[in-house]
Amino acid sequence: MNKINSIRKDWSLIETLIAEDRKILDIGCGDGGLMEQLENNRNAITHGIELNRDLAANAIARGFNVVHGNAELDLSQYSNNSFDYVILSQTLQAMMKPKDILSELLRIGSKAIVSFPNFGHWKIRLQLLISGKMPVTESLPYTWYDTPNIHFFTIKDFLNLCNEMNIVIEKSIGLTSKGRQFDISESVTGVNFFTHEAIFLLSYKNYEPIKIKSSKKVFAKNSVIAN
Amino acid sequence: MKTRFTTDTKLESEIAYFENINLKIESGDIIDSFKLAFKTYGKLNADKTNAILVCHALTGDQYVAGNNPITGREGWWSRMVGPNKPIDTNKFFVICSNVLGGCAGSTGPKELQNGSDIAYGGNFPSITIKDMVKAQSLLIESLNIEKLFSVIGGSMGAMQALQWAIDFPDKILNIIHIAGALKHSAQNIAFHEVGRQAIMSDPIWKNGKYFENNEVPERGLSVARMIAHITYLSENAMHRKFGRKLQSRDIISFGFDADFQVESYLRYQGKSFVERFDANSYLYLTRAMDYFDHDETFRKNIEFSHNPNNHLKYLIVSFTSDWLFPTIESKMIVNQLNSLSREVSFLEIDTDKGHDSFLLEEPQLDDVIKGFLTNNFAKIDE
Repeated sequence: MNKINSIRKDWSLIETLIAEDRKILDIGCGDGGLMEQLENNRNAITHGIELNRDLAANAIARGFNVVHGNAELDLSQYSNNSFDYVILSQTLQAMMKPKDILSELLRIGSKAIVSFPNFGHWKIRLQLLISGKMPVTESLPYTWYDTPNIHFFTIKDFLNLCNEMNIVIEKSIGLTSKGRQFDISESVTGVNFFTHEAIFLLSYKNYEPIKIKSSKKVFAKNSVIAN
Repeated sequence: MKTRFTTDTKLESEIAYFENINLKIESGDIIDSFKLAFKTYGKLNADKTNAILVCHALTGDQYVAGNNPITGREGWWSRMVGPNKPIDTNKFFVICSNVLGGCAGSTGPKELQNGSDIAYGGNFPSITIKDMVKAQSLLIESLNIEKLFSVIGGSMGAMQALQWAIDFPDKILNIIHIAGALKHSAQNIAFHEVGRQAIMSDPIWKNGKYFENNEVPERGLSVARMIAHITYLSENAMHRKFGRKLQSRDIISFGFDADFQVESYLRYQGKSFVERFDANSYLYLTRAMDYFDHDETFRKNIEFSHNPNNHLKYLIVSFTSDWLFPTIESKMIVNQLNSLSREVSFLEIDTDKGHDSFLLEEPQLDDVIKGFLTNNFAKIDE
C-alpha cells in the first residue's frame, strides 16, 4: 500500500468506529480530509488541530473549524469531555510524550481513536535482525536521523500502556501489510507479528456507580470520568 | 427608530442621521443625536442574508474600496474588498461606516455640537469600542438588516468585531478577527500615550480648540503618526525596505536633515497623515482602544450571554512579526473559545511585515478569508 492509500484505508476504518451525529476533534487534521469524510458520511460536527501552517490554512479555507497549533501544547485548552471522539491518526509515534497525549485524548473526549504503525511487525523485526540497521518500511519510510517518528512501539507495548492507564480497548482493528483486515482482540497468537497497522477505539473503564446509602436519598457518583 | 439618510456629494458618502436618540454611552454621557458616514458595496440579496460589516482600524474610514475623495487614493482595503476579491462584492453586500468619534463624516470631535456652530473639540465625550459598535448596530438596524452574515476587522477593527460577538451575537453569524486582542496591552497604551503627548504638547493644540483659529497641530499629530507607524512595521521589514540607505545624498550631512531613507519615509507618513486626519479624533480613538479590555470577562460573557451565541463562528488570524498585537494575544481568544467548545478557526500567518500585514499583500490571508466566507455562506444557503 502506498502512503495515500494507506491513509484513506485508515480513514475509512476510523469511520466505521464512529456513530452518527457526534462531535469530533481530529488531531493533526491536515487539510481536513477526514473531517470532510466524517461530516458527509456520519453527519459529524468536526474540529481540528494542525501543526503545519499551509495545511491548516487550506483546511480553514475549505470551511473547517481548524486551529493552527501544536497538539502537545494546545490540548489543555479544551474542557473535559467536550468531544464524543478525539482522533489521533498515525501520529502517536511522533509525539514527545505519547503517554500524556493519550491521557489528554481521553480527558477531552469520551472516546479516543488512535492508529499507528506496529513496530513489532515481522518485516521490521527481520530487517533489524538481519541488517542490524534501523528498519525503513512503507509505513515507517524514514531513515533514523530524519524521522518524525521518535517513539517506536509495538502493539504489545501499547496494550501494556493502556492496561497501566486503566484504558479500555473497546474495539481494535489490525491490518496486515497486504491490507487484510482483522480484529486484533480475537486473534491473539502472532498478532504483534503480522499486524502492520493498528487502529484502536479507547475509553476509560466505566466503573459501576458507587452507591452511597443515606437515610434519605441514594447518591450515585462515577468514580472516574465516564461517557 | 427614525433615521434620516442623505448623500454627501463632497464626501461621496451616505450619511445616516440618528436624531433625538439619546445614545447612552459607556462613560455615562448621553449623545442626543449623531450621524454616521458610511459606504456600501455590492447588492443586498432578497433574503438579506449576504450583508458583511467591515470595521476599520484606528486611522481608517468608510472608504474600504473604490475612490477615497479625502486622499484621492484607493480605499484602504481595495485589495481585499471588491468584485472577485476575497470579500467578493459580486456575492456580498459590504457595509463600512466611519466610527463614532472618527473624522470622515461621522459624529466626532471635528463635527459641530448639536444646535450650535462650534465643533465639539475637547468637549466630545470619551467613547469606547462598545459605543462604536452600539452606533454601528443602530445603523444596521436602520438599514433593515436583521442579521449580518459577517463582521470583519483588523486591529481596532478586530476589537469591534469581537465586541459585536459579545454584545450582538444574535445579529451576526460569524466574525473574522485579524491582528487583535482581548485587551490593549500596557506597551500599546504606552505608545498611544506618547502619541497623545506629542499632540497635546503642540502649542497649536490649545486644549483641543485649534479649529477656532483654523489651525492644525501639525507637528504634534505628525510625530504621533511617526511613532505609531514604527509600531505597525517590524525590524525585519524596516531593514528590508530601508536598511541604512541614504536619502537623496551620497554622504551623511553631519546635521539633522533626513539623511536616512527611513527618516524621510516617516516624515512623509507624518506629513500626509496631517492632511487627512483630525488631531482630536486621534486622541479620542486611541483612548477608546486603550480602554478595550475583555481579558477577565470574555469567557464569562460568551458562556453566560443573554443572547444566544452558540451558532457563532470565529476566524482568528495573527501574524508572526506583529509585535503590537502578537500571536499570543490571539491565542488567548482561541483558547477561551475552545474551552467553551465554540466553532473557532485560527491561523498564524508567517510574514515579516508586522502589524500592518493585514492591509498588505498576504496571499494566505486572502485565501482563508475568501474560503471561510464562501464555504460558510454556502452552508447557510443550503
